Amino acid sequence: MSFLELQNITKIYPNGTKAVNETSLNIDNGEFVVFVGPSGCGKSTLLRMIAGLEDITNGEISLDGNVINNIDPSERDVAMVFQNYALYPHMSVFNNMAYGLKNRGISKEEINNKVNDVAKLLEIDQLLTRKPSMLSGGQRQRVAMGRAIVRNPKIFLFDEPLSNLDAKLRNQMRLEIKRLQRQMGVTSIFVTHDQTEAMTLGDRIVVINNGVVEQVGTPKEIYSKPYTKFVAEFIGSPQMNLFNCKIENGIAHIADMRINLNNSANIDDASLGIRPDDILISDNGQHTCVANLVEYLGSDMIIYSKIGDQEFSCKLSSKINLNAGDTFKFDISNTLVHLFDNTNGSRV
Amino acid sequence: MTKYISSTINHFILSIGLLIMVVPIWIIFASSTHSSLFINTNGLQFFLGDNFIDNYSRVLFKQSGFFNEITALKMFLNSFVMATGIATLSVITSLMAAYGLVYFKVKFATFIFWLIFITLLVPLELRIMPSYIVMSKLNLVNTFAGLILPISASAIATFFFRQFYKSIPDELLEAAKLDGTNSWSFFIDFLIPLSKTMIAAVFIFMFVFGYNQYLWPLIMTTSEQYWTVVMGLKTMYGSISDRFAFVIMSMIPPVIIIIFLQKLFIQGIFQNK
Repeated sequence: MSFLELQNITKIYPNGTKAVNETSLNIDNGEFVVFVGPSGCGKSTLLRMIAGLEDITNGEISLDGNVINNIDPSERDVAMVFQNYALYPHMSVFNNMAYGLKNRGISKEEINNKVNDVAKLLEIDQLLTRKPSMLSGGQRQRVAMGRAIVRNPKIFLFDEPLSNLDAKLRNQMRLEIKRLQRQMGVTSIFVTHDQTEAMTLGDRIVVINNGVVEQVGTPKEIYSKPYTKFVAEFIGSPQMNLFNCKIENGIAHIADMRINLNNSANIDDASLGIRPDDILISDNGQHTCVANLVEYLGSDMIIYSKIGDQEFSCKLSSKINLNAGDTFKFDISNTLVHLFDNTNGSRV
Repeated sequence: MTKYISSTINHFILSIGLLIMVVPIWIIFASSTHSSLFINTNGLQFFLGDNFIDNYSRVLFKQSGFFNEITALKMFLNSFVMATGIATLSVITSLMAAYGLVYFKVKFATFIFWLIFITLLVPLELRIMPSYIVMSKLNLVNTFAGLILPISASAIATFFFRQFYKSIPDELLEAAKLDGTNSWSFFIDFLIPLSKTMIAAVFIFMFVFGYNQYLWPLIMTTSEQYWTVVMGLKTMYGSISDRFAFVIMSMIPPVIIIIFLQKLFIQGIFQNK
């Protein structure tokens, strides 16, 4: 039996919106799971149902062997870090962290020790007497984490905690969250719409779209073998190229380009996906295209081009000398392509 | 240069405003320090006289009223008790009413709120007979409870607190829930400290409102023992300088409350920001 089990969880709001639909998921003890999906896909709702902040319309959630559907949030032993931190503005950093412990009737001395230990761990021990209004964004983030850590809960829930930070700080905090999670080994669920965060943080990623789980897997699995067209497009940056095409006897027809897929598939309406960095540019490539636009990114560059009327991009080392307007030759290897059936969006 | 000129003009206008406000009070104060005889012969005075201690101590401790049953000091005490009672009770009731309306799943909460709000259209003067009958049936005539209770529920204060609670982000409640608060401790540990500034403002407002009550204490009291300052102002028959001294003293309690709470008010603004 898993540590956290979601069974056929459904959430329908009073106005009839179905936010989460029949979702089942098992999470093991100590695992770091990331819920990722576009905004409004139901990932936050799912997290809030685990926290107990949202009623469950249907289904069952069990934590550590106990069904927690009707258990009060304070008794579920979960801690949450909110997007806007939700620090208590009238309390000092120390009291922010100590409040949950006080409510549990823990002795003053023990609270002192715990808060000081966690503050040291997060390097906020200099700030304990300050009010949240006197802290920077990054410091507030740390206090919010500290408030969660100090309670030593069964599960950490993170609801897009990095989205209010600037890019540099975000990367730094991302690493720190990962390090802390490893160090403490507490089961964690992290909600984000940012696929980079999802890829770097998660032991496993749950890709959610329209209230439905599209795929669950390790970052590597999700990246290299997306089950659906949605996952293929959502994960990876720059986005995977998807060509609408017709497959006849294992040969894909994209405009006047032919790619041998080495199988015997026949699909009228298919999508052929290839990641921008899987397009192999070489002087003796089979296909020729014109670079319409070149984006220079330092070590890499992205070239935008067209096959027929379908745009695509390829990512290559910026050491190659290629400018907008130049023609280039490339190959597409049939081992690196992803084939989806457009009728249901699933992988073939 | 233009900045300097505009700032001079601004200060000039402000100074005139200040003088318009302060000069009459100063004249009353200065006049109250002269003997009545001197004022009657020489008119209002702009400079201080030497009867300050004489006049003020006489006014404070002299038995006055129709039956000479009350001193000005007792009137101050009565007014202070009444105003503090009204301010305290209205802060407590409106805080709690707003809490109930915003944070509990009360059916028709908006309707109930507007019902409360509509009572603004029914001031005490309109409901003075029924209010008096209720109080007298409860045997509360000539008591502080009778003076305080009928005016201690404030719709406008409830409105202020309700709007303020609505502006508090939901995440705060959610974070507190996960930290194990119940509805009582959320009120005590979060809403009250967060609304410190509002409480100070409402308290000042209601204190002055209670202090200024005239009609209600006039009707509710038959014993001179419960006379308030405002009633005293009306019935104070003494020499002219005594009356001036009484007027000046009658301004002191609200001013003290405002000065005292203003500190808290400003403090609160900086802490809660």
